[in-house]
Amino acid sequence: MTDLGTLIPRNREIHPPAYDVGYKTSVVRSPTQPLLSMESTLTEETGPMFGHSLLGPLDNNLILNYTQGRAPAVGERILVHGRVLDENNRPQKGVLVEAWQANAGGRYRHKKDGYLAPLDPNFGGCGRALTDENGYYEFLTIRPGAYPWPNRGNDWRPMHIHFSIFGTGFGQRLISQMYFEGDPLIRNCPIAATIKNRSHLDRLVAPLDMSKSRPLDHLAYKFDIVLRGRRQTMFENKMEGM
Amino acid sequence: MVQKLDTLEETPSQTAGPYVHIGCIPTFAGVEGVYPEDLGKRAIEDGAKGEVITITGSVFDGTGWALRDAMMESWQPDAAGKFPGQKGADPKVNGFCRFAADGETGEFTLKTVKPGKVPYREGGHQAPHIALWITARGINTGLQTRIYFEDEDNEGDPLLSRIEQQHRRDTLIAKKTGEGQYRFDIRLQGEGETVFLDL
Repeated sequence: MTDLGTLIPRNREIHPPAYDVGYKTSVVRSPTQPLLSMESTLTEETGPMFGHSLLGPLDNNLILNYTQGRAPAVGERILVHGRVLDENNRPQKGVLVEAWQANAGGRYRHKKDGYLAPLDPNFGGCGRALTDENGYYEFLTIRPGAYPWPNRGNDWRPMHIHFSIFGTGFGQRLISQMYFEGDPLIRNCPIAATIKNRSHLDRLVAPLDMSKSRPLDHLAYKFDIVLRGRRQTMFENKMEGM
Repeated sequence: MVQKLDTLEETPSQTAGPYVHIGCIPTFAGVEGVYPEDLGKRAIEDGAKGEVITITGSVFDGTGWALRDAMMESWQPDAAGKFPGQKGADPKVNGFCRFAADGETGEFTLKTVKPGKVPYREGGHQAPHIALWITARGINTGLQTRIYFEDEDNEGDPLLSRIEQQHRRDTLIAKKTGEGQYRFDIRLQGEGETVFLDL
């Protein structure tokens, strides 16, 4: 319950529009009426906070957490790390970051995924971490494979990891995807292309980070995340009852 | 050259996709054993003060089909209008809940306490409501909306008052179907489209 302040309105220009004919499912799942805008209220400025008691020791280790350490997943071992900041460049401390992904062959462990690539008996595909006092998080995982999906005749998703991030206010809630530097499928992907400006899309592309790579163990990719910030001025009064 | 702003831009959103459950509600996807239990499984614990209610509904696409792969999150105060973390808040109210549309029927259920009204600027208040966030395959940026209640005094609520077309306000008001039972359907597109928010 720290840091209450009005949320800076979302810049909708950097987010994908709801309706995008290239991503077919969005056609019937996109509102046609404009969003109702208003200044944030206590409802959006507060949000759930999660403590360290939530986390098990392997929660951010997707290589080992499905078997609880008994056997490692198959694939290219990588560390994904970065910071969660807000628009005012302030670290978001103690916030929850969740990740999920396919295995090295592009197969998801989900009852609805019927892709012919096999499941890895030692890979579940989900992990979570709380950021530290500098807003820093990290996951150890394997690099996910590309996978085909029924959209246009021959669409393949680039390698990607899904991220779900909580800030300190419910209005900061964000789900997005991380892509990998140099993946040629990014430029063909209708979901990546829902973001209309390449410079905005590039912010979802994690560079190889040799400085965090561990010799004879794993490579590393860096992925920083920015959440909405809070507007604070010297002149504003707190809301009644706060 | 003018001075440089040192602000950053928010990370752009992407769809949660059809397999969002793997990361957010693993047991729904069939992933067992990674976590002791799914995050946000319950909005309230036993002994929460106030009226326990059940809200049932579906999320319909533009053709009238109920989504089978939607994931929702709710956030609300306790029966006295205090959010978790605020001084004096009911410790049995988690405030946060995560739930999915049923894979067969498309129906979701939220069991919680009816929230109290919460303070607004300059001594005003907001009518009792639950914030709802909806993600799914085909939804590029999570959709924000609110659940209000038909048996509460919604007159003068600052958000409802901003909806120009009065009939559209009804899309945010849950209908009472029985003692402690409410129905709240969400229509993403077209006839009866739910009001979605940007705040």
